[in-house]
Amino acid sequence: MSGPNTNYDPVEVSALDPAQVDANVQAALDAIAAAGDLDQLKQVRTAHAGDKSPLALANREIGALPPTAKAEAGKRVGQARGRVGQALKERQAELEAERDERILIDEAVDVTMVPGRRPLGRRHPIEQMGRRIADIMVGMGWEVAEGPEVEAEWFSFDALNFDEDHPARQMADTFYIDPPEHGLVLRPHTSPVQARAMLERGAPLYVACLGRVFRTDELDATHMPAFHQVEGLAVDEGLTMAHLKGTLDRLASELFGDGIVTRLRPSYFPFTEPSAEMDLRCFVCRGTDPDCRACSGTGWIEWGGCGMVNHNVLRACNIDPERYTGFAFGMGVDRALMFRTGASDMREMIEGDVRFDAQFGMEI
Amino acid sequence: MRVPVDWLREYVEVPTDARGADIAESLVRVGLEEEGLHGGDVTGPLVVGKVLTMEPEQQKNGKTINWCTVDVGDANGTGEPQGIVCGAHNFAPGDLVVVVLPGGVLPGGFEISARKTYGHVSAGMICAADELGFPDDGSGGIIRLAERLGRDDLTPGEDAIPLLGLDRETVEINVTPDRGYCFSIRGVAREYSASTGATFTDPAIALGDKAPRANDAGFEVRIEDAAPLRGQVGCSRYVARIVRGIDPTAPTPAWLAVRLTEAGMRSISLPVDVTNYVMLALGQPLHAFDLATLDGPIVVRRATEGEKLTTLDDVERTLFAEDLLITDQQRILAIAGVMGGENSEVSDATRDVLIESAHFDPVSVARTARRHKLPSEASRRFERGVDPLLAPAAAQLAVDLLVEYGGGTVDEGVTDVGTAYEPVSIALNPKDIGRIVGVEYADDRVREILTQIGCEVSPEFTVTPPSWRPDLTTWPDLAEEVARIDGYDKIPSIVPTPPGGRGLTTSQAARRLVGESLAAQGLFETWADPFIGDDAFEALGFASDDPRRQTVRIANPLSDEKPWFRTTVLPGLLEALRRNVARGSKDVAIFEQGLVVGGPAGTAKTYPVGTYPGPEAVAAIEQAVPAQPRMLGWALTGHADRAGWWGGGRAADWSDAIAVARAAAEALAVELVVTAGDRAPFHPGRCAQLALPDGTVIGHAGELHPKVIGRLGLPARTVAGELDLDALIAAAGSPQARILSNFPVVQSDIALIVPSQTPSADVERVLRSAAGDNLEAIQLFDVYDGDQVGEGRKSLAYRMTFRADRTLKTEEVNGFRDAAVAAAEQEFGATLRA
Ligand SMILES: [Zn+2]
Repeated sequence: MSGPNTNYDPVEVSALDPAQVDANVQAALDAIAAAGDLDQLKQVRTAHAGDKSPLALANREIGALPPTAKAEAGKRVGQARGRVGQALKERQAELEAERDERILIDEAVDVTMVPGRRPLGRRHPIEQMGRRIADIMVGMGWEVAEGPEVEAEWFSFDALNFDEDHPARQMADTFYIDPPEHGLVLRPHTSPVQARAMLERGAPLYVACLGRVFRTDELDATHMPAFHQVEGLAVDEGLTMAHLKGTLDRLASELFGDGIVTRLRPSYFPFTEPSAEMDLRCFVCRGTDPDCRACSGTGWIEWGGCGMVNHNVLRACNIDPERYTGFAFGMGVDRALMFRTGASDMREMIEGDVRFDAQFGMEI
Repeated sequence: MRVPVDWLREYVEVPTDARGADIAESLVRVGLEEEGLHGGDVTGPLVVGKVLTMEPEQQKNGKTINWCTVDVGDANGTGEPQGIVCGAHNFAPGDLVVVVLPGGVLPGGFEISARKTYGHVSAGMICAADELGFPDDGSGGIIRLAERLGRDDLTPGEDAIPLLGLDRETVEINVTPDRGYCFSIRGVAREYSASTGATFTDPAIALGDKAPRANDAGFEVRIEDAAPLRGQVGCSRYVARIVRGIDPTAPTPAWLAVRLTEAGMRSISLPVDVTNYVMLALGQPLHAFDLATLDGPIVVRRATEGEKLTTLDDVERTLFAEDLLITDQQRILAIAGVMGGENSEVSDATRDVLIESAHFDPVSVARTARRHKLPSEASRRFERGVDPLLAPAAAQLAVDLLVEYGGGTVDEGVTDVGTAYEPVSIALNPKDIGRIVGVEYADDRVREILTQIGCEVSPEFTVTPPSWRPDLTTWPDLAEEVARIDGYDKIPSIVPTPPGGRGLTTSQAARRLVGESLAAQGLFETWADPFIGDDAFEALGFASDDPRRQTVRIANPLSDEKPWFRTTVLPGLLEALRRNVARGSKDVAIFEQGLVVGGPAGTAKTYPVGTYPGPEAVAAIEQAVPAQPRMLGWALTGHADRAGWWGGGRAADWSDAIAVARAAAEALAVELVVTAGDRAPFHPGRCAQLALPDGTVIGHAGELHPKVIGRLGLPARTVAGELDLDALIAAAGSPQARILSNFPVVQSDIALIVPSQTPSADVERVLRSAAGDNLEAIQLFDVYDGDQVGEGRKSLAYRMTFRADRTLKTEEVNGFRDAAVAAAEQEFGATLRA
């Protein structure tokens, strides 16, 4: 496009002629405007502002003029060079900005490609569920207690008011350590942890017991020989079933959402008297959908058992039932997970298939 | 327990418009959980129809259907014959059938509408037995009413629902073990009354009044229990009545048979049906003996070990010394309260019947039923406690029914032997009830409720529970009665305010941290059950004296192949790994935190319920429980760093297994000392021993032994590790903060040639210690064992980073470096690589 001015003829034209200076300036400005990139602009700069450019030559000729003409010619040429210099600067900035922008465009990538050099692992959803429950209990001022899975029969049964003939003690229900007369079982519930806590710490006591328990059930979609329970035990002066209900309601709403409450129905358990079954307000339909699958249209979901701690349990654990009352409740962690996530087959929870864990995040 | 609604209505005034669901709801309120509703789910129009025409039509699919017109009277609103397509063939024009018209609903919520089929509009359906919820009667499907009901006076269009008893409802409830009396219509009626206030009439009262007193003419019965269990005589009462001259062919009346069926029992013969009916009605199990087979007085005694009896279910049973028996002078007649023997069974030839109405000890019956794996309707009731005053009334009802329907005559002789029932009484402070329930009950309200459930309440609140409530022995038992009858829904909801806890324990918090750190490293947590077999020990290559073979055995394992409680979490983890791979996952990294048995088990005594055995006894029990440390295990296969569009992946190797251990330790600020190890199930040359700074070995990690990989069917080069998480947590440090220097670092690289077997960790330790305090970091950045370093040698390249609280001079740093190299020369014969 542009380049050194080839029409220039120093013989025919005076370099200091005003018209000629203007023409040179105009030629320079045209070339600058036409420069399409920084390289071209560099050539334009050499041709129109370099040492050998017409304006530079004109400048050099000023010295040969008579003194009277010097000032005027100097001013003319100076202004001309200034205009060209300014135009170069502006065009330079313009082209640099264009270049920077183009680089960013050229560097664009496909951000939708999925990275995965080392995907995040997971804590098991059952553990997350247990942790959530534990955190709610801790938030209410409770503590979390644990105990052994191979447990003494006394802690598992007698201390909890299951007498020697109670059906749960049969080998058809509970795993015994061989030989059975040595008094060791795989704990069938987390309640022995309650007994241990009462014996170790005494009253007042507010503990949640979390852990794995065992029953002689073959593995199928809704049964596992090893599953997870959480139980709560509070022993203090003046505790009533109202406090039990309040604790359950709080736990229910924290776990399943605002407004999810519990309902107590009379029942029977050896370690509590009075005893109750607790139901959870259906968190899917909230009792408004007769065709709801979560609650079979009843509006309530069975959640676990609870009651006021039987005096025989308090006595066995060296707590004075005349002074203290207590309440206790228990529920399945795995079941709670099923409610929350819609998981329908318990086997998937324990087979260790990472695809099960991967469905969830790190907080259930 | 199945409760036919019309039977319930006989004892309690259920409102006429109350449906099964309403009754169930009332029972749920007082603690009888609903198990199901049966019947009553058919809604009309379901009418009698008379088949007018029936044209078989061959279909393209080879089937023949019948295009019928059926007279349904005015039930269809027009009086015109109804056109219906029917696929069954066991009927003919002129037959009376059951027709469900459009709008009717069959069991299972199956709604009928007119629909186009086989080229006709079929406006309803001719019903087969199974479509109405009846068992197929073998006739081939369609119910023919005249035959089924034995009636020919039916009119087309007549409502068929009551004709077939489809309006009858049965409520099925679950009875908790403390409420044995609810295994009877009488007991459930009482609960319904308590729940709703409906008037209840105890059928046992009139029967008891009617029953004659015992006399000398009764059949002789002796109770000779030489070995009572837990201080309770096995039979506290034995009432016997005799009915003679029964017609052995007399049928059971239809109403009684229907009730039995609805309650879930089969109709067998009049005498048997009568005993079952009385049991269901009142809760008293009875037994009927063929009087002709009895020889002399009945003796109730314990068995002699090894005695034999063939029970009614045709099984010869060897008896245990604790079993309580009904015997005569020759033979054993029955296992008391559990099941009768074949030899005294009533049969088609029986004319004289002896009715046994007895009270057997719950513990004795329960143990016997369990020992013989013989739960029966009778044992189920005796185990939970039968009303000890009920026996004469129950026997009376049986006698009345046998006389009325069997044509027999009752003997004057009445037997009633045993010990008198002594009621317990409970001193109640009525205020205590409110104190435990959280609802304030007026004294009068407490009295009202307790009286309603059958208690006698003295003016001073001495409460005597009724004979059918052996479960009421303490005042909290009475509190439950008051609370449940008044309604659990009246209990307010109050969040208690504990004194404030300490939060999670250090160990609990540390375990979370370790788990989350591993998850962040890409590992997935799994659970495995703790049961393992000898094959697991073999597969892992445990030596015969490996301490991890020392554990407890489950006496009643689900699988005889897996009787042991695990001592390591690896078998479950590796099984899960294998399963993931088998299901198509190639890159798998998993971990588990779980308890294992880590010490010997002792003998733990038991003590009676309700007693504190004392601190020494409790300590001894705790001592007997084997130690159960919590292990952290992990296993990886496939790529540790995945392949993808970014480039190739990196296979998980032994170092990744060790990195997991390091991550766990770092999360807890524990310095993990890693040295070469050799332990099953690891590759002997690629096994790291993991120790605490004090030298305690807490685990191992590395590549699995190729033979283990082969035996378990795992992918080649699978890596794993396991450590004692409790021990790691116990060593968790509390590092002290240092002042961080901001002066420049000076780096110095060295390459040392050492014998191949020299562990780099040892070299690093020597370098670190000789380089002095200004060594800020040291990192092994290259390992080379090619030709240039010579056979049996390797080159280890370290970058040493120095920093001090001033600017270090080059000469100084060179001095530190030279000292480190000199120490390595001294210790390992190391030479500086040129
Ligand atoms: Zn719902």
